[in-house]
Amino acid sequence: MIAIIDYGVGNLFSLTSSFKAIGYDAVITSSKEEILKADHVVLPGVGAFKDAKDKLKSSGMEEAVREVVRKGTPILGICLGMQLLFDKSYEFGEHDGLGLISGKVIPIASVVSSEYKIPQIGWNALNFKNETKLFKYIKNGDYVYFVHSYFASECEENTTSTCEYGANLTASVEKGNVYGCQFHPEKSGDVGLKILKAFSEL
Amino acid sequence: MITKRIIPCLDVRDGRVVKGVNFKGLNDVDSPVALAEYYSSCGADELVFYDITASSDGRKLFTDILTETAKKVFIPLTVGGGINTVQDFDRVLKCGADKVSVNSGAIRNPQLIKEAAELYGSQCVVLSVDVKRVNGEFHVFAKGGREDTGIEALSWIKNGVELGAGEIVVNSIDTDGVKKGFDLELLDKVCKLVNVPVIASGGAGSIQDFIDLFKAIPTIDAGLAASIFHFKEVEIVELKNEMKKQGIEVRL
Repeated sequence: MIAIIDYGVGNLFSLTSSFKAIGYDAVITSSKEEILKADHVVLPGVGAFKDAKDKLKSSGMEEAVREVVRKGTPILGICLGMQLLFDKSYEFGEHDGLGLISGKVIPIASVVSSEYKIPQIGWNALNFKNETKLFKYIKNGDYVYFVHSYFASECEENTTSTCEYGANLTASVEKGNVYGCQFHPEKSGDVGLKILKAFSEL
Repeated sequence: MITKRIIPCLDVRDGRVVKGVNFKGLNDVDSPVALAEYYSSCGADELVFYDITASSDGRKLFTDILTETAKKVFIPLTVGGGINTVQDFDRVLKCGADKVSVNSGAIRNPQLIKEAAELYGSQCVVLSVDVKRVNGEFHVFAKGGREDTGIEALSWIKNGVELGAGEIVVNSIDTDGVKKGFDLELLDKVCKLVNVPVIASGGAGSIQDFIDLFKAIPTIDAGLAASIFHFKEVEIVELKNEMKKQGIEVRL
């Protein structure tokens, strides 16, 4: 069973549907017990970093995430859910993340020229970096769907792919049982479903 | 590199896809869910669903169709039509929409853009604008292109982005349904004005029209069309192959 953590952030309909489409049962839950019982856990998220981090904490889900990581259960952060895994974010101020992967989340605008539109919205190709099991069913150069204005930096050691958008932006990370995708696998067609399948098989 | 997007648009009324020429004379084409699945399998980069129903029964039918589609189609889904309040955003986002497009609702209440952007993020708010030339000026039209608001279109678009719109759909009424190409003059002006993604709509009749669009305006992000896709006058696979051949970055 896959637990998608519900902490009041974002729309989880497509995520649940995409797991169902590849034959896995996924539940949207804010029950710590249910999350700790799950074989796989997904930390979703859209919106602003600080708001999401506050909600994660106040809902008690931060503690659940830390417990999941300690237990060794595979956990996948998606989009803002991935950004939350890092030490710090500089979105509207400076905010602490979960510190599960070292690195900081900074504005795309701080590293690319002004001709690049912010947010990056659309399909971009993955350039594979460090090897990851998440990509075992897809190939280098496959396209996935991004929507973001910030990205994780100073995390090369754990970077499994980047995308080119005026600079090489971190697209995915992995550290032990902690995985993260800046893009939306649940919105990335067959390629995205193959990534979710690989995650579900971990 | 980020790719140029090809977006089929489905106008939905009473659970069926319809598309008018110059917004009049609607014809049934197919089931929205089946059509959405078909487009996704052909390589559409995104889908737009416009709810053109006025009744509440129709509204319910529309969200049911949206839910069905989102269970089967895993590419971004934008929903528009009848979006007047943040509650309307909520209604369609819960049914599987990723982005919500506002048009007349934002003209009546521009603060809707701001409120929605604050609640759901700018990436979720698409400002759709129907534009027509009136006495040498670009005017914003409301109510599905039937009513001249007298508002100057470029300043309206700029204002919309400042309020928090994360993407702009520019639909030229002058070229819509004519199938002689996109409104390059208008689109170029919009692209020079804003730094959020701009989606071109209205006027595509052939593969060449898309090539001309992306060659003439390199900063345009996407091309949207309806009937030429519905009637298979342009096949998305062929279109994208041709774009690639012409050196335009595309997802294949």
